[in-house]
Amino acid sequence: MAEHGSTLLRNAGGLHARPVVALTKVARSFPARVQIAADAAGPWIDAGSVVQVMRMKLPAGARLHVRAEGGEAAAAVAAVIALVDNGFAGAPT
Amino acid sequence: MSPLARRFCGQGAAPGFAHGPLVLMAEPRDTAAGPQAGDPGDRLQAALHAAVDALRALQARVRDEPARSILEFQLEFLSDPLLLESAAEALDGGADAAAAWCAAMDPMVADFASAGDDYFRERVTDLQDMRARVLAALAGVDSGPLRLPPEAILVADDLPPSRFLATDWQSGQAVVLRSGSPSSHLALLARARQVPMVVGLAALPPQPACRDALVDGAAGILVLDPDADERAAHGRRRAHWAQAHARSAARVAGPARTAAGEPVQVLVNVACAADLAGVQVAHCDGIGLVRTELLFAHGPPDEPTQLAAYRRLLHWAAGRPVTIRTLDAGADKPVPGLTPRAETNPFLGQRGVRLSLAHPVRFAEQLRALLRAAAEGDVRILLPMVTEPDEVRRVRALLDSAAATLRARSEPCGPVRLGMMVEVPAAALAVDAFEVDFLSIGSNDLLQYLMAAARDNATVSALADARHPAFTRLLGSIVSQARACGLPLSLCGDLAAQPEAVPLLLAAGLRTLSVPPAALGAVKAAIAAWPGGTDAQAG
Repeated sequence: MAEHGSTLLRNAGGLHARPVVALTKVARSFPARVQIAADAAGPWIDAGSVVQVMRMKLPAGARLHVRAEGGEAAAAVAAVIALVDNGFAGAPT
Repeated sequence: MSPLARRFCGQGAAPGFAHGPLVLMAEPRDTAAGPQAGDPGDRLQAALHAAVDALRALQARVRDEPARSILEFQLEFLSDPLLLESAAEALDGGADAAAAWCAAMDPMVADFASAGDDYFRERVTDLQDMRARVLAALAGVDSGPLRLPPEAILVADDLPPSRFLATDWQSGQAVVLRSGSPSSHLALLARARQVPMVVGLAALPPQPACRDALVDGAAGILVLDPDADERAAHGRRRAHWAQAHARSAARVAGPARTAAGEPVQVLVNVACAADLAGVQVAHCDGIGLVRTELLFAHGPPDEPTQLAAYRRLLHWAAGRPVTIRTLDAGADKPVPGLTPRAETNPFLGQRGVRLSLAHPVRFAEQLRALLRAAAEGDVRILLPMVTEPDEVRRVRALLDSAAATLRARSEPCGPVRLGMMVEVPAAALAVDAFEVDFLSIGSNDLLQYLMAAARDNATVSALADARHPAFTRLLGSIVSQARACGLPLSLCGDLAAQPEAVPLLLAAGLRTLSVPPAALGAVKAAIAAWPGGTDAQAG
């Protein structure tokens, strides 16, 4: 069963270079297939792809929708949302 | 050429001076020379691997931000299998490797170039950097370090950040660009590596013919074939700048001592670990003030989030003290969902420790995170806006109960010292009434409350003058009270970061200052220049 969540991008700059790298790394660290979207209706894109996430050009203040399916799906959604809510401060380096 | 035709004004992107020959950078070309052997798809894949390998080798040599982040973004981007998929369509249509790569990248470059947002427009530089690197790999062209003669002034339309990072820049060299922006990543890198840089020289001809040129990286000026007067003026400004720069740079690494040889502790003020990028812990005596408001900017973070943030700072401090101020929300620093709305006078309202005590559950969360962090380093808790001794007693009670909670959870926690900001005049006049372990003067608020004048109100800000006798007397009184009680005392307000104010603070008897990392060199230089001695000493 797919897990869903959403949050607001509050860091300055939105999903620009460093946040994109952080988000894709977190998304890829779970066995689940993690996807994100700017709109709950889609299009949904692979949260592990730097190219795709960058191409969203999601600005500060936008809502980010997250969904995951497969192993540890709930933890994956929670981790992506926590990363965003933390202003990407907890990003792995 | 007339003087005007030799002089080009752009924007200063990195300060510093240079005088030497112009060297034109070969601008990258899109098409590979001659027909290429092998399957185009395989060749593109090999070129991508070569680009990733080169970036990885470069990243291994780079330690500082934002250089690491820039390289990491490019590495991750070029490692994305989606890029090959995007090129596949062009390859299937019979395109060669270079054309297929351009077909994959160009729509993205155009998309980001037209973005309304600066952060996204800035990515065009990265995209073009990667585009050029892979094209160069396909063409077998070197995109490694630039090899420049001594004192060369490199001329280009733009300079890929990765190429700038790969180059071994020597003192005396400089960069002048026809495009670019002082707020770009490239400009940040140039400032960090002290390479003078001027950008936005759109009027510079494609092949400027000249023997030599002058660069003033702060003023953003390039002069071709300078005459004797221009050379002399340039030489004077350069010598003056080099002296000032050397004074500050030489001081940043050394201990802080007055002219009489008396040691002064200098610590740094930060809001988060990112503020410490490029700062060496050996250059300071610890972190004298961590402002935690940034953590709370979007509402209160939970205990694990706070703990992670505090741990990063302790890790950087490597055993040196880290003084963390509990949430100083309210007044000019509202926190959604926490600070009261519609106070008629928020600076005299529910802010600092008053607000924290009004939300004991939230406050306990921060205290628990601080106690847990203290298991891993020297944590000192600093309370903002303390007015009454009872406020400190109530915090101690909450701290005790937070420690009991953690023990019940079997979480390791460490000993902490509890101190207070001296920023409310009532507290400043009765420091000895408080049961605290240390004191830190918040000069911004203390001065504005004492003088009843806001610093951000231009019509009255002149009243908030630290040289006013009322303020210097109050400082002296705090110093002697602290000494009488045996309490360590520091000052962490903006005053400490102003080199011209440092003598006033030292004369008042302060011997511990906490300043923004960027001010370390200038403040140490001001301390070294201070000839005086004093009877009263503190902290």
